[in-house]
Amino acid sequence: MDVELMLKVYPFFIKAAWVTIELSILTTILGLICGSLGAAARLSRLKVLRYVGAAYVSFIRGTPALIQLFILYFGGPQIGIQLDAFEAGVIGLGVNIGAYMTETIRGAIIAIDKGQVEAARTLGMSRLQTFRKVVLPQAMRLMIRPLGVNINALIKGTALVAAISVVELTYTAQRYIGSTYKPFEMFLISGLLYMIIIYVTGRAVAWLDRRARIV
Amino acid sequence: MSDEKPFVDIRHAQKSYGALEVLKDISLKVNRGEIVAIIGPSGSGKSTLLRAINDLDPLTGGEVWLEDTQVNKTLPHRQYEKHINQVRQDIGMVFQHFNLFPHLTVRGNITLAPRMLKGLSEEEANRLAEEQLDKVGMLERIDYYPSQLSGGQKQRVAIARALAMKPKVMLFDEATSALDPELVEEVNLVMKKLAEEHMTMIIVTHEMGFAESVCDRVLFMDQGVVVEEGPPSVIFRNPESERTKNFLRKHLASNKE
Repeated sequence: MDVELMLKVYPFFIKAAWVTIELSILTTILGLICGSLGAAARLSRLKVLRYVGAAYVSFIRGTPALIQLFILYFGGPQIGIQLDAFEAGVIGLGVNIGAYMTETIRGAIIAIDKGQVEAARTLGMSRLQTFRKVVLPQAMRLMIRPLGVNINALIKGTALVAAISVVELTYTAQRYIGSTYKPFEMFLISGLLYMIIIYVTGRAVAWLDRRARIV
Repeated sequence: MSDEKPFVDIRHAQKSYGALEVLKDISLKVNRGEIVAIIGPSGSGKSTLLRAINDLDPLTGGEVWLEDTQVNKTLPHRQYEKHINQVRQDIGMVFQHFNLFPHLTVRGNITLAPRMLKGLSEEEANRLAEEQLDKVGMLERIDYYPSQLSGGQKQRVAIARALAMKPKVMLFDEATSALDPELVEEVNLVMKKLAEEHMTMIIVTHEMGFAESVCDRVLFMDQGVVVEEGPPSVIFRNPESERTKNFLRKHLASNKE
């Protein structure tokens, strides 16, 4: 193992790691937005919205994320969607993870005991008031850990955007392999950096979960 | 008393799930300040009837009136929501499993609805919470979370939460059924206190002793109909119907075990 080489090139990987982090953060934000809208649609009183939500989830979960990215990045211009690689990466991955988050958020909401809703409605609170003040605060606590699992998957999923040449951790490794012919070392650096990002994220999620726990 | 206009008026209540009829044409009039117990075997429809009063379980036929307002009006969705949210403020309900909000303190549980629906200031709401908690003997637990309370304490808080909306009538759906036997009494005492204050109450219960000592009238329900109704002394000591006798006998036997 060429440790000397690893020490020489790793600063470039750190730079790439920031791109991965940036991608992850933006994707998480977009994913949470899509997931909230998706869950709202799936739990709507309106049948049409429930179908739209279900179609979104089953399309995204039924096709490979890589194909979704290719459709958006390579197929997009054909239907008038011009995105650079980074934008396509964020949107593609965000919409993708949003489908999984839809199910996470929906699951947490329907896990709240029906008696909670009945108690609030009986006091005269409206559906919306009940949702905001009684259901959501409890569901939020339930969804922290499973959303953490989604985010973990998403961070690793950002490696896919190397395929549309976004210069992040995986793509950077491939590029340095081209000049050094040392795939073991190069992929190892990338892997270690992914691990650090995931470890820190995991700790953050655990901390949030602990803080949110009901006495 | 009999010519007084009923306070709660259930007219020809019917409820069915498909072919299954849970309530078969039940009428019940409750006067202001009256305390009515509904007893009967499980599956008799007594909880369904109670939950129809605030439209938590909407009837499939018949009407429910509270004073001059029809509770289960047919209205377009939005208007119905507005109407029912208003009406429900006047109908307090206490559940078997308390249904306290676990993410809020006792104080938060009680002040949530009055602050949101009646526009009370924080100070006013706090005063209201203290007043209601004092009444149920839970004032010293005002800053506890529900998970830190015993079942009996939870139920007393739930009663205080309902009372804080200043309801005109209180519905109790097996309020002591989920409690350990030694905790039943503290909840019964609170309910007795309400009775002394002439709160109108409709109580679904398995506590025959309590029903006998507190209620003005007892309804015995079975298979979706009111089999027999009358003053507790008659229903418990001298029932006419065989079904009532059977039920009471079985109930006494199982309580002695």
